[in-house]
Amino acid sequence: MKNVLSFQVKVEKGDFDKLPEDYYKDLDKDTDEVGFWKASWQRLKANRIAMVSLGIIIALIIFAAIGPVLCPYSYDQQIRGAENLWPCLAHPFGTDRLGRDLMVRCMIGARISLTVGIVSALIVMIIGSVYGAISGLAGGRTDTVMMRIVDMVYSVPEILLIVVIKLVIDQPLQDLVENVAFFHPLQKLGSGLIAIFIVYGCLYWVGMARIVRGQVLQLRQMEYVTAANALGAGSRWLIRQHLLPNCMGQIIATMMLQIPSAIFTEAFLSFLGIGVSAPMASLGSLTSEALSGINKAPYRMLFPAVLISLIILAFNLFGDGLRDALDPKMKKR
Amino acid sequence: MSVRAGRIIKRILLAALSLFAIITVTFFLMDLLPGDPFMSEKATEETRAILIRKYGLDKPVIVQYGKYLWNLLHGDMGTSYVLQKGRDIRTIMTESFAVSASLGVRALIYSILIGVPLGCVAGLFKGKGPDGLVRVVSAVGISIPGYVVAAVLMLVFSVKLKALPVSYGRPGGSVMPIIVLAMYPTCYLMRLTRASILEVLGQDYLKTERAKGMSELIVIFKHALKNSLIPVITYLGPLTASILTGGFVAESVFNVPGLGRYFVNAISARDYTLIMGVTVFYATLIITMNLVCDILYQIVDPRITLD
Repeated sequence: MKNVLSFQVKVEKGDFDKLPEDYYKDLDKDTDEVGFWKASWQRLKANRIAMVSLGIIIALIIFAAIGPVLCPYSYDQQIRGAENLWPCLAHPFGTDRLGRDLMVRCMIGARISLTVGIVSALIVMIIGSVYGAISGLAGGRTDTVMMRIVDMVYSVPEILLIVVIKLVIDQPLQDLVENVAFFHPLQKLGSGLIAIFIVYGCLYWVGMARIVRGQVLQLRQMEYVTAANALGAGSRWLIRQHLLPNCMGQIIATMMLQIPSAIFTEAFLSFLGIGVSAPMASLGSLTSEALSGINKAPYRMLFPAVLISLIILAFNLFGDGLRDALDPKMKKR
Repeated sequence: MSVRAGRIIKRILLAALSLFAIITVTFFLMDLLPGDPFMSEKATEETRAILIRKYGLDKPVIVQYGKYLWNLLHGDMGTSYVLQKGRDIRTIMTESFAVSASLGVRALIYSILIGVPLGCVAGLFKGKGPDGLVRVVSAVGISIPGYVVAAVLMLVFSVKLKALPVSYGRPGGSVMPIIVLAMYPTCYLMRLTRASILEVLGQDYLKTERAKGMSELIVIFKHALKNSLIPVITYLGPLTASILTGGFVAESVFNVPGLGRYFVNAISARDYTLIMGVTVFYATLIITMNLVCDILYQIVDPRITLD
């Protein structure tokens, strides 16, 4: 008697026909398979807010990078007889008490904001991801100790320490940059900016380190990593081929959201008078200078204030869009 | 001892360790600061030396550090060197913190009262008019630095409309500082609440409730809202920190005699003991708030581990 539960089926010749040659080709077309980066880019392109923000960011970069070159004045040039001018054709943003053109100063300020944002984000990315990756890969006691350190730095109210660290390293840095030949190229950057970078390197990497460690721990348990390991892949191969590319999305998303926060902090410090030093202009210090003359010359405050808000807004919105595009699972809307 | 109690004790130890680290780091950084507090005085070398000896600044750093810690344990933070010469730091801080706290607490309450309900509304009406409005407002709100808010408010309400006084102390003088302090937290809370509501609305237990025939109102008010407010608790720690540091700007701009303005002034005057005092005090406050929030969060939602 035939067993009803049996899966055995009698196969006869002619039950299976050979499929036409181009059958699989059509199948491939239907699945619409694209790589990770291409898929992310497509998702990003579909997000109108993110694309508009990207456009604004590019426009701001052009404004800050090329603008000062095209302007006939320099940021610290005091034009005689042009003091306290309201916005006009020659000076679209007006001039300040000393007759300096505000548009050039805003351009330089935007340049500083963008530099601070991007360089700080890179510093945070490098320190944070290396630290997180080491911690996650090492595991065991090393991991525990490294993560306790992260917890500690994380709970520090950073703005207090930033103020103190900034004050402490400002003077020694200035001496270093001026007197040691090796650091001369940094002179242009100014010790104030370098101090801000160092502060960022000290305090802000912990968020990134946590995220990268979490990713590494999660990825290490994935079957394909075990499979690659079983097939004889060394740890270097695993890191390069499997861990790094899969972490990249989160790393970039976190890094992009770090940019506006860094810009925010620089503007805050400059506003309190402990950021970049005069005659250098920052959007924060320009606003704080304008505050005293707010009665007679409100335009002086208007442009730097609008500019800094626009920069932070554009980076925030673009960062949100990028995070959603790189990791649709993380999407919370 | 239960696992949870163990975790909480570990968390408290970590907080204590962080606080100790902050005190230590700040103290040694302070020592590295260029110049000394008596630089600006029109004093001869001789009197300066006397002053330095009087305050024990000539002793080795490690001795000064030990002495500072010992005094701190007894609640003694020393006296101000520069800004209010000879006055006890504790008296200065109590006086000025009362001002900061009265503004800060009001800002905190307003931001919760405005931010959370608006976030709820946005989450419940996802994709519709109110949601769009809340999203735009909150995105713009978190992008505008506090000092810009302060400057714009000043321009509009005191310079143009002449409706509010520029400086603190006159009637209505606390309105603008409170708006400046509450702006960022309010907008952040809107986003947080909205995201949290959306996450809870997708959970299976709400489907179960509906399947059981509960009315939509009960589902939302009794089950969804309650659970979506839990993550908001964790933000209360950072919220306090944000309001305290926001005070640096708001108090400087509007001339509020609070602790934030003192901190900013103390920095430029190199008033070591005052800087130390404010740092230790603020750090303690923020770390304690974070600690309380974490523990509270764990008690309310036992699924969360403190790691």
